[in-house]
Amino acid sequence: MATTLETSPLLQSRLPSGPIETAWDRARFEMKLVNPANKRKYSIIVVGTGLAGGSAAATLAELGYQVKCFCFQDSPRRAHSIAAQGGINAAKNYQNDGDSIYRLFYDTVKGGDFRAREANVYRLAQISVNIIDQCVAQGVPFAREYGGVLDNRSFGGAQVSRTFYARGQTGQQLLLGAYQALERQIGLGQVQMYPRTEMLDLIVIDGRARGIVTRNLITGQIEVHLADAVVLGTGGYGNVFYLSTNAKGSNCTAIWRAYKRGALFGNPCFTQIHPTCIPVSGDYQSKLTLMSESLRNDGRIWVPRRKGDMRPPNQIPEEERDYYLEERYPSFGNLVPRDVASRAAKAVCDGGRGVGPHGLGVYLDFSDAIRRLGEKTIRERYGNLFEMYELITGDNPYQVPMRIYPAIHYTMGGLWVDYHLMSTIPGLFVIGEANFSDHGANRLGASALMQGLADGYFILPYTMGDYLASAKLDKVSVDHPACKEAAGAVQERIKRLLSIQGKRTVDSFHRELGKLLWDECGMARNARGLRQALARIPEIREEFWRNVNVLGGNEELNQSLEKAGRVADYFELAELMCLDALERDESCGGHFREEHQTPEGEAQRDDERFCFVSAWQYTGEGKQPALHREPLEFHYVKPSQRSYK
Amino acid sequence: MRLILHVWRQKSPNDEGRMVRYETNHADPHMSFLEMLDVLNEELISNGEEPIAFDHDCREGICGSCGFMINGKAHGGHPGTTVCQLHMRHFKDGDELYLEPWRAKAFPVLKDLVVDRSAFDRIIAAGGFISVRTGSAPDGNDILVPKEAADRAMDAAQCIGCGACVASCPNASASLFVGAKISHLGSLPQGKPEQEIRAMRMVAQMNEELFGTCTNLGECEATCPKHIPLEVIARMNRDYLAASWKHR
Ligand SMILES: Cc1cc2nc3c(=O)[nH]c(=O)nc-3n(C[C@H](O)[C@H](O)[C@H](O)COP(=O)(O)OP(=O)(O)OC[C@H]3O[C@@H](n4cnc5c(N)ncnc54)[C@H](O)[C@@H]3O)c2cc1C
Ligand code: FES
Repeated sequence: MATTLETSPLLQSRLPSGPIETAWDRARFEMKLVNPANKRKYSIIVVGTGLAGGSAAATLAELGYQVKCFCFQDSPRRAHSIAAQGGINAAKNYQNDGDSIYRLFYDTVKGGDFRAREANVYRLAQISVNIIDQCVAQGVPFAREYGGVLDNRSFGGAQVSRTFYARGQTGQQLLLGAYQALERQIGLGQVQMYPRTEMLDLIVIDGRARGIVTRNLITGQIEVHLADAVVLGTGGYGNVFYLSTNAKGSNCTAIWRAYKRGALFGNPCFTQIHPTCIPVSGDYQSKLTLMSESLRNDGRIWVPRRKGDMRPPNQIPEEERDYYLEERYPSFGNLVPRDVASRAAKAVCDGGRGVGPHGLGVYLDFSDAIRRLGEKTIRERYGNLFEMYELITGDNPYQVPMRIYPAIHYTMGGLWVDYHLMSTIPGLFVIGEANFSDHGANRLGASALMQGLADGYFILPYTMGDYLASAKLDKVSVDHPACKEAAGAVQERIKRLLSIQGKRTVDSFHRELGKLLWDECGMARNARGLRQALARIPEIREEFWRNVNVLGGNEELNQSLEKAGRVADYFELAELMCLDALERDESCGGHFREEHQTPEGEAQRDDERFCFVSAWQYTGEGKQPALHREPLEFHYVKPSQRSYK
Repeated sequence: MRLILHVWRQKSPNDEGRMVRYETNHADPHMSFLEMLDVLNEELISNGEEPIAFDHDCREGICGSCGFMINGKAHGGHPGTTVCQLHMRHFKDGDELYLEPWRAKAFPVLKDLVVDRSAFDRIIAAGGFISVRTGSAPDGNDILVPKEAADRAMDAAQCIGCGACVASCPNASASLFVGAKISHLGSLPQGKPEQEIRAMRMVAQMNEELFGTCTNLGECEATCPKHIPLEVIARMNRDYLAASWKHR
């Protein structure tokens, strides 16, 4: 273990000492409390209304804080969390199949390939059970068994059934639960909601986060909002790849602006590829559609044994099919973790055995399950997913196997936070997918929803109280030079984007960047490719700032301008991702460096040299960012080569 | 594939607005409708013309952001399909299509095909929830929910809040939207305690916004991309009547 590594003094993780089972209880007991009557004197900005931001804003408001909440969509109900399909994990052990908090903790640490903090993950597993209770009470219509109890399904990377679900729309139902709680607080006047408003900068005064600069997306007005603390629940940055399963508006701007104001960025190169997405159909493709991983419960993945076998799937006899996951990983079969399943699909396609028009696809076949369970059961479990597949591809998956291919789906990296979910800027908290915390180098299915809600409902409301009760916060006003400077910088940047009036559209730049990043910093990476990308990205960025064409003005709804600002940030983030990927000279989880693999082609970690979190510090325009390390220690789950055989 | 599009262009909420004719030769049967518009927008920008504004986000039929009228039909009128999931294979070469924003007093146009649907949020804020504080919930399995009730609740809970029901209703009524939330929460034991007050408040807010009254025409059900059934409106009326009777 890399215990010889020094922790950077900037990275005070505030991990509780002592037995892990009671660590969160002790930490909570030691936290300072804000007296109920005083809570209304504090104001908190929450950016984001996904599972993380929505649940946090609602809960903080219930406690009595004055909350201002922001999202860029026209309603908080439309945050990207709405699209999550498969389910949410919780260690309830309702199935009596051997699950426990410890097992969920163990699976998550192992699934993350030993690059997450044990204490954080343990707390997450503990809280998972409260989340289900909370959501049931809110009226989330989880699937039920005939006796009226909650039903479960299994997900990748686990051998127990611990995933709770609401048909194929779990994210939607959980988000509507949080949204309704939020709307209730809006109705009560505890939350001021600002939809169609984008955060474009963070305001730091005397070293503390005290506000944000926003743009009203309808009028273009630039505003300063101040508060005693700022929370970012702004989601992941998968769209840096242009094509991803994220909603089109998902972006990195909020966390990137915070990074440039001094918040360290943790593990930017840890991105997740999802194995079951609908393959690309043409150049005009605008996004990729995920087919929930839960499908791997009943669907069997295969390709033809013979290269270039163009026969329709139902004419390929059983013995000429290669169920490669079942063969290679007999104990987990089709349910191996996402990174393993994705790389295996890439390998068979690279070997010329891919299916579909571009050869970039594998079959996900339900014919056995339909034979075994009947079409009705399959329809009940996955009806809406099958419908969605048919809408998009025109094929009926009850009759022909689905075609799937991996796509960018989730980003484990994000702003570095301590055990209290606070970034390196005091008063700036980061929750949900926007932080780097609990999933290490690979996230297990159904664990993002769990983390977002754990952060928002159950962790942040405590740690926020501790911060507010201990911090000495002077009154600040919008006339403070820091506010003027930040608002001025935002206006300047918008003016500059509108004045270029070049020849290329924003999307054309975004596509070019995305393709480069997918090729060199996607499912597999190597030093040569990463160096090439690091040389190429600044060139494209330079052309962007010289030749992009953003029509229209600022004082109106201007979707090209919104996109241009986001893409400008992606260029910078992409560079940091490649730098981090190059620096991390090992393979772990979703970060697969081709130089480091076992003879069987599995990711090979290097715990001697890389058992740490990389946290990057912005050092100025055009300067190389500084790397800080937080070594990881494992006292409970012994790091081992992951095996799903 | 070649298409002729007539698109509502309106620069701002107070602008007059008008239909503008465009032609594109770059539609492909495998594209989604929004991808077809993306491609058209790229062409427009290259010609120095501002792109057509439309709301969208997930492009998977679940966030409810997208939606406009195609030839007078909300989302284009294909069963169970939002416009982001509508594929061009449903159209043919040479088709002439008219794209207009949702038309309803309660949904003012902001720009081109983008409208303001915040009235829906205000209706939810008025009563579309179960009042339960974080941390005060009993164990999930302490509340038994018969599978049929859970299924009924889920059928109604699928509403994505897109506004197609309002746009397709000749009276611009929001009854399907409101009924869906009342049915979702009211079908579950957790939602019972507030069943009446919920109906009272949500209906009152709906009336305060500029939505019309329901006259049972059923256009909403026919165009709802999530197949929300008309029954939810009956349930809303029942809960509302029961509540008004008691709270006279
Ligand atoms: C298709 C799909 C399916 C998935 N299925 C599952 C699943 O089954 N189980 C699971 O556990 N996980 C799943 N995930 C992952 C999971 O959905 C996400 O990780 C999670 O929902 C993220 O929640 P969040 O609250 O952190 O952010 P989001 O839901 O992305 O919310 C971000 C919020 O921030 C706001 N925002 C962002 N930037 C700004 C800005 N600059 N200014 C103002 N507001 C801003 C947005 O408006 C939005 O409200 C899935 C993901 C995808 C893409
Ligand atoms: S874009 Fe989300 S429903 Fe169409």
